[in-house]
This record gives sequence, structure tokens and C-alpha cells, in this order.
Amino acid sequence: MARSKVVKRVAKIASAEPSLIRVKVAAEVEGAASKDSARRESPIERVTVNKAYKMYVGGAFIRSESGRSFRIKGVKSTDPEVVNIPRGSRKDVRDAVLVAKNAQAGWAGRTPYNHGQILYRLAEMMESRRTELAMSLVREGQSQSEASREVQLAIDICVYYAGLCDKLSALLASHNPVAGPHFGFTLPESLGVVGVVAPRAPSLLGLVSSIVPVAVGGNAAVVIVTSADPRTASIWTECLATSDLPGGVVNVIYGQVAELLTPMAKHREVSGLSIWGDLGDLGIQAEADATESVKRVRRYADGDRALLSTDGARGLGYVEPFLEFKTVWHPMGM
Amino acid sequence: MGKLSKIEKKRDREKPGIVFGNQWDYAPAPEATDFFKLNKRYELFIGGKWQKPRSKSYFATISPSTEAVLAEVAEADDNDVDAAVLAARHAYDRYWSRLAPSDRSKYLFRIARALQEKARLFAVVESLDGGKPIKESRDVDVPLAIAHFFYHAGWADKLELAFHGRSVRSLGVAAQIIPWNFPLLMAAWKIAPALACGNTVVLKPAETTPLTALLLAELIEECDLPPGVVNIVTGAGKTGAALVNHPDVNKVAFTGSTDVGKRIARAVAGTGKRLTLELGGKAANIVFADAPLDQAIEGIIGGIFFNQGHVCCAGSRLLVEESIANVLMRKLRDRMATLRVGDPLDKNTDVGAINSQMQLDKIRELVAAGEKEGAERFSVSCQLPKKGFWFPPTVFTNVSLSSRIAREEIFGPVLSTLTFRTPDEAIEKANNTAYGLSAGVWTDKGSKIFHMAGKLKAGVVWANTYNKFDPTSPFGGYKESGFGREGGRQGLSAYVEVV
Repeated sequence: MARSKVVKRVAKIASAEPSLIRVKVAAEVEGAASKDSARRESPIERVTVNKAYKMYVGGAFIRSESGRSFRIKGVKSTDPEVVNIPRGSRKDVRDAVLVAKNAQAGWAGRTPYNHGQILYRLAEMMESRRTELAMSLVREGQSQSEASREVQLAIDICVYYAGLCDKLSALLASHNPVAGPHFGFTLPESLGVVGVVAPRAPSLLGLVSSIVPVAVGGNAAVVIVTSADPRTASIWTECLATSDLPGGVVNVIYGQVAELLTPMAKHREVSGLSIWGDLGDLGIQAEADATESVKRVRRYADGDRALLSTDGARGLGYVEPFLEFKTVWHPMGM
Repeated sequence: MGKLSKIEKKRDREKPGIVFGNQWDYAPAPEATDFFKLNKRYELFIGGKWQKPRSKSYFATISPSTEAVLAEVAEADDNDVDAAVLAARHAYDRYWSRLAPSDRSKYLFRIARALQEKARLFAVVESLDGGKPIKESRDVDVPLAIAHFFYHAGWADKLELAFHGRSVRSLGVAAQIIPWNFPLLMAAWKIAPALACGNTVVLKPAETTPLTALLLAELIEECDLPPGVVNIVTGAGKTGAALVNHPDVNKVAFTGSTDVGKRIARAVAGTGKRLTLELGGKAANIVFADAPLDQAIEGIIGGIFFNQGHVCCAGSRLLVEESIANVLMRKLRDRMATLRVGDPLDKNTDVGAINSQMQLDKIRELVAAGEKEGAERFSVSCQLPKKGFWFPPTVFTNVSLSSRIAREEIFGPVLSTLTFRTPDEAIEKANNTAYGLSAGVWTDKGSKIFHMAGKLKAGVVWANTYNKFDPTSPFGGYKESGFGREGGRQGLSAYVEVV
């Protein structure tokens, strides 16, 4: 192979994605060129620093307690990167539930105004990482324009929910005009810890659409990512980490849904399940497991088209299943 | 509560308190029963007709206060349930889903009106069949049932308003299973919103209290509702299971025990049927030292002895601030002594009969467990009728949080008392249960009420009051007390699909 050609190939790959492969290519280069010239002039402009993708639990980026990982490959021929992703375990789920449980009361106790500010901050963080998020979607096989559109929709849905936080009570609460000398009202309240099985696709928009409405209601979420390439999720959790969202409110785990869903559906500290996509028998089993502690379960069909529409997962219908209603009575009179 | 010192115990004994109960004889004041006659036998109400059960089987329903047989009632089997669901589906497709919402509304108003006209009949039969005091069935159960029909009648043509302009769709056929503690009221809680939202209904009343639901079926017939819009199938657990498992049911609504509720949820899992559950409770009724004590005593009494304690939201765990525990318990025992236990049809009766032998056995078992676990028992000494099922109003002190009588739903006139020193401790103890249906708070301080109301994990919080219900006021539980609400705008969600 002519040297100039090889260098060109290196440059092409480097521009597509800095990766481990470059080292392999470097070895090829070494073989092709004479040892002398290699010594004189490094064939590689720079050895890149590759990211170790991690799960996001309790506001920290962690590996699986099991030490396991799985390998993923990009789907495009121009993207031969091989990456190791932590493979979450049943214990990771249980640990995350505890972390979420401890974070939930504090999150629910913040004012709706503050919830809104933090979700708007999340939109800001995503906006500033738009290129990176889109690049990650392209890496998954989308066209540049599809990727950009999905990122924009994902950001916009955060803005939508940021503005909904302090309207929930006005929209869902009631004064109850009881037939007697009592003052009565009903308020929405958070449910607690909600387990989320995010949709396989669209990977970023699906994640945001399944998690943000749950958090809006003051709940903490433990999320199982089901998309083939969790790197997009990982980049998004970096937005979460810089958004002032308290650690533990959203916890994101990668791995096999068949392994992780059961401990989540059976966990007594999990009060709700939001399951996206048709999981076949797994989903039915999860519904059955959830009955043991009377969890609130909501199933959503795979929502590619619905989520990618302009309205997407907007509206009270995504928030309400994970709220409780508390009714309070007090006598009136002297 | 902490153990009383010897001196305190002596002082308690020395203060005789006020003794009513056995000292004063009230003249009997029985409600008349001569203005109606029950059928000897009730068939199944399916498709607007009274149908003999395909099972060919009947069971007796008795009065728990006399053990006398009131009537025979059909026992629906799988085939009967199938026919009822088919009738409901047919009525849904043919009539109810095509009717103008304003006409659905008018039918519901009709039912409410007719119930008002026959209010006394329903009250008397309710007390006969279920054992509850006539003053409760007359002043609470029946008026509230009527109010529920009135309230939901008004929603039928305004559902879009309830959901902020979003359009809604009815679900189809609703399978509804109700308990024996408020037979007519629970039927109203189930049927009224279901019909208002455009669904048709197959309702199964409890096997010990089927009569008022069957009278309601007669009344619905008189109101000339399209055939099959409301179907009533009687029977026990097997009938209920057939109804829940029927493939052509779109929605299941259940009120009853948490155990059965979990089984139903499991049966429904994966079927796509919509589900709401209103299950058990073990409510904390919290009394602070700054509470208006005499008022609180009334609330405690009403909280646990209303309907013999057969109330899922009963204030069955009394949490008292330690500094007032002794004086409060003394007042409570005095007040308990004035409760009149006996004939449900007597207008002076405060506490009626236990609903069934089975329930009485369960209460006895748990009370024995409480004594065995070291709690101190006080039961009112009153003469209980020889026939029928009875249990005297009872309060336990010195109950530990782990005791069965502090954790399990007794569903009888038995109160367990614990004490606390700080609001945080009260919250911790109140929430230390798998249930979360209701709670009570008694204090003179407004800020404390709001603080407590916010922290209590319960669907209904009564502050300086207890056991109040209204169709405009959503009712339902947190945690293992179930999900979904009944009543209010929020309760409509259980019976519609928001598009």
C-alpha cells in the first residue's frame, strides 16, 4: 500500500471518529513504510483519548458492580470502533433503586419552579452538546439530518416539560365542593421511585420522552436502556450531570432487559413501572411481578413514529400515571 | 404506649368515669319493616331480564344480627358470567355507546331520583342484610349513593371539560366487584362513573350482602335503562374470578382486600384490561397534645366504630402524643362505654352486627393474637344478643409497632393504640405500613396540619375530622391500598381513555 494512501485512510477514519482502530492502522503504516522514515516522522498526528462509557447512578459515572461489560460496534462501515460498555447486573438495579429512593424525597420536596429551572437547564446542556449527540446518532446509523432532527425534538421536549412543572397542580388539583361544612382539596403528589424501560428507538428522543415526564412529577427514575448502542444514552447522562439535577433522581443502567427487568418489577421500593416497547413475555411477566407490591404499571407501544412527530410524548397523559392524588379534608366553622 | 406505672394504673381504676351503657335502658325504637316484602328468591339480572342461573344453584343470604334467612340468591357460574358479559357488550355496541351523552346523563339523574323515592327501603334492607345500624344506612350509605348518581349524571355530557378539552373514549364493558361493608354505596361508586363515562357494567356484589344490589337492579329496570347496560350477577369468589378473567371485559374495578386485589392484578397482567383497585388499609389517626381533645375523641370513635370498623379507611391505629395518652385513653374508654351495641334496625344503635361468621372469626383471631403479643385489651362490657354475630368495641394499649394488631387489617371494632413524642416519630410510625389509604390528624395548629398532610403517605387525610365522604372528593389509596381514585374529576380517569 502506498504510504500517501495509508495516511489518507488514517485521516479519513480520524475525522469520522477517533478510535482504537487508529493503532491498528498505525501498525499497517509501520509495515508499509521504511523503519527509518517512521522514526523520523510519526505517522499519526495524535493518539486520541478514548472515552470509557459508563452507567450513571447517584450522580456518578460507574461501572457495573459485576465487572462485566459487553462490546458494541458501530453500524457504519466507516465506524469500525469497538467499545466496551458496562453490563449492569441485578445488584446494580437494586443499588440504583436504593440511591433513587434516597434522592426522591428531596427532589419531590423542591418547588415546582425549581424543577422547571433544572429541566430548562437540562435543555441548555443538551443544546450545547447538540453536535456530539447528533454525531452519536449518526454513529448508530442515522443520516445527519435525521440525527439533527431527533436531537432538536429531544431538546424541545425538555423545554416543554420545564414549563409544565409549575402548572401540574393548577391542571390536576381540585377544590372539592363537598356537601357539608368542610373545606376539601385534592393535590397531585409524586409516586416515588419509578422503573423505566426506555424504548429501543429512537434512542435519544425515546430516553428523554420516557424519563422526563416521570421526573416532572417529583419521582426518581431507574432506567434500563434498551437501545443497541448505549453511547448516546451515556452522552445524554453527561447533560444530566451538568444540569443541576440532584444525583440519584435519574439513574441509567445498561444491559439485558431480560436480566434487569425482573429485579426492578419485584423490588418493593419501586412504586411504578413505565415500560416502553413490546417486550413480549418479558413485559407480561413484569406486569405480573409488579402486582406483588401493587405497582402502578403503564405500558407504551414502541413509539418511533409517535415520538418523532412534532407533538411526541407531550402532555399530562405521560405524567399523570406516575402521580398520586391526595385528598385533604378540614372542617369549616367557628 | 408506654407501660403505665402502678400508681397511674391505680389512679385510672379509682376514677370510675361515667358509666352509661348498661345503666340506662332505652326504649326500643325499631325501624319499621312492614312496608315491603323481599322476594323468596332472586335470579340474575342479565340483559334487562331476570334469568335463572345456568348453574341451577342458589345460596341463602342471612341477616347477621339474627342469622335468619332473608332470601335465596342465584349463584352465577362461568356460563352465567359469560351471558352477562355478552349482554353488556351487546348493550354497549347497540345502545350505550351510541346514545347522546346528555341522554346518558338523564338516565343517571333518573336513577338518582328513583333512589331518593325508595331511600327508606334501601336503608332498611341494607341494615337487615349487612348488619349496620339503621342510622348509618339511612344517613350515610343511602344519601351518599344517591349523591354519587347525581354527581356523575352531571359529568356524562361534560367529559371533555374534565380533561382540559382533550377528547375521551369510553372503554367498553366494565367488570366490577364490590365488598360487603357498603353494599349499595359501593355499587353506586362503581356503576355511576362507569355509566357516565359511556361504559356498560357487569357488577358482582359480595356474597353476604347481595340484596341492595338486586333491589338496585329492579330500580334500574323501573328506570327503563336499555337492556344490558347494567347486569348484576351474584355469587362468591368463583363468580368474581370468572368475571375478571372473561376475555371480553375491557375494564376491571375491584374494591376489597389487598390479598384478593393482588390476585386480580395478577390475573389481569398482560391482558391489556384497565384496572383500578381500592384495597385494604391500616390508617393512623394521629392526635397531638394541642388537639381539641373532646372533638378528637368523637373522631376516634367515629374513625374505628363506624360500621363496626368494617371500613377500609378506618382509623384503626391510634397514635397519641405521649404527654396526653393517659387522659385521652380515659376519655376514650368513657365514651366507648356509651356506645349502644345491638339490633341494627334500632334507631338508637351505634354499633351493629359483625357482617358474617367468617369475619367474626377473623376479628377474634387477631384480638387473641394481640393479647398473646402482650397488648392490653379493654372491651366495653355490654350485653350482646345471643343470636347473630357480635363483637364489643375494643381498644388495645401498649401495642408494639411489629404486633399483628398494629400491622394487619382487622376490619372490626378494634382499635390499636401507640404513642409518639415528636411529629417526626408520628410520621415515621404512621407511614410504617404497606397500606396507604387514609390518615387522620388532630391538632389546633394549622401549619402542623399542612406539614403532616404533606408527609403522610395516604390517599385521604382527614384533619380534625374523620370518615367523611363525598362524590366530589376523590377517594383511593397509595401503596398497597390500591390505585385509581373514585369520585371527583380525578375519578373519571378510571373509566375513559383520553385520546
